[in-house]
Amino acid sequence: MIKIKIKDLNLYYGDFQALKNINISIPENKITAFIGPSGCGKSTLLKSLNRMNDLVEDCTIKGQVLIDGQNIYGDIDVNMLRKKVGMVFQKPNPFPMSIYDNIAYGPRTHGINSKVKLDEIVEESLTKAAIWDEIKDRLKKSALSLSGGQQQRVCIARALAVNPEVLLMDESTSALDPISTAKIEELVFDLKKDYTIIMVTHNTQQAARVSDNTAFFLNGELVEYNDTETLFRVPKDRRTEDYITGRFG
Amino acid sequence: MRKYKEIIMQNIFLLAALATIVALLLICFFLFANGLPAIMGIGFKGFLLNTDWSPNDIPPSYGIFPMIIGSISITLGAIIVGVPIGILSAVFMAFYCPKGLYRILKPGTELLAGIPSVVYGFFGLAVLVPLVRNTFGGNGNSILTASILLGIMILPTIIAVSESSIRAVPNQYYEGALALGATHERAIFKTILPAAKSGVLASVVLGIGRAIGETMAVIMVAGNQARIPGSILKGIRTLTANIVLEMGYAVDMHRAALIATGMVLFLFILLINIAFHLLKRRSF
Repeated sequence: MIKIKIKDLNLYYGDFQALKNINISIPENKITAFIGPSGCGKSTLLKSLNRMNDLVEDCTIKGQVLIDGQNIYGDIDVNMLRKKVGMVFQKPNPFPMSIYDNIAYGPRTHGINSKVKLDEIVEESLTKAAIWDEIKDRLKKSALSLSGGQQQRVCIARALAVNPEVLLMDESTSALDPISTAKIEELVFDLKKDYTIIMVTHNTQQAARVSDNTAFFLNGELVEYNDTETLFRVPKDRRTEDYITGRFG
Repeated sequence: MRKYKEIIMQNIFLLAALATIVALLLICFFLFANGLPAIMGIGFKGFLLNTDWSPNDIPPSYGIFPMIIGSISITLGAIIVGVPIGILSAVFMAFYCPKGLYRILKPGTELLAGIPSVVYGFFGLAVLVPLVRNTFGGNGNSILTASILLGIMILPTIIAVSESSIRAVPNQYYEGALALGATHERAIFKTILPAAKSGVLASVVLGIGRAIGETMAVIMVAGNQARIPGSILKGIRTLTANIVLEMGYAVDMHRAALIATGMVLFLFILLINIAFHLLKRRSF
């Protein structure tokens, strides 16, 4: 089942073309990894899936991104899009408020105010993000008092709390230590049964460990896209091979 | 030779820095040395809580409670008028203002801070007093008038400090809120403003300090009656006004009581400054 279909996507920052004619289909309930060296456009592509690029001045986008068949660059409600397509950032960015309020922020935004319902969502989201047992006694404490790895899992829980269908992860482990990274990888692996996950990563080994499919980008172009095992074992393109064997990047 | 020069210069810098501290210490010493005996003479409770200020009666009565109420009421009024406008202006300037307008608005608010208070007083006298008189009745010299005028006067402080603390909030909070499907407005009012809370509160505290210490503009519009007022359309006298109005002719105990009034004002300001520093230090 195809969840997201990107058709002839071209993206410009001013005169600079950051994405060149991207065509890619992303399957539902799988983990898709975008890999490539810095500046290859992988993060830019990720951000065009929930229209966070709208915030960038001088950013023009041509082409289509179809999610469940609907073009998100057509006539749609951007806030509803972002509810459906959640995002976890590179640096953990919990809001400077309590853990509880962080998780409840999204549901409250979308009109849920009942205490009972919110309690339920908070517990469920933190459980899904595999952090409930660690912090259930500290829900009223500031989210900033947590460690980096815990903060990132709180951010994942916060994204899950609005019940998204797609989860975008923008190098979400790059600021974390190896143990926290391993926990999050494990978590992401568990989450794919309920969500379509797209992760951008610098770490090719992470892509190989966690993802089902991998797309390799270079200079704004999609060089190669295949199931992860094939891409890593028998890359078709010379540039892919060079990158995954560590010859550049 | 070079070394001597360095030592001399260092000491010049030290002296310059000390000048501030010395000035502060001298003021404290003057206030307390003259004020404390007066308070002791009148009686601590009698001075602060007695509602009768009649320094020329026989026997005289030196109760500054009406002036304490006066200073507090116009300061509260200024906060009610100035804080919402100031904070919303800061939000507008940080998030909504077109660049062209910002180039006018920003220097405009800074200029507002530079206008001498006597000019504010004239404005109050010529515009606000008749306006309040014609709209709400009374003679126009009132708590309400002084509050509106002070509310305007504290705007630059509140806008400048709030705006800079709002701008200091990391962009990642804004992005995080939008990524959850929040609107621009919700991200600002439910994420950025709470994150900038301590700075915004600090701006309010600074505004309070400005309002409570203001003298000239207040004297010109507040009526200056030394009594506890019945409504906000009645006139009032502040601690500052009390000193200015009577210092010219006061002697002996009367003079000492006025200096003691200054001491009380000084303590108020001290408390406000302590609150400001505590707020600045604290963050979530």
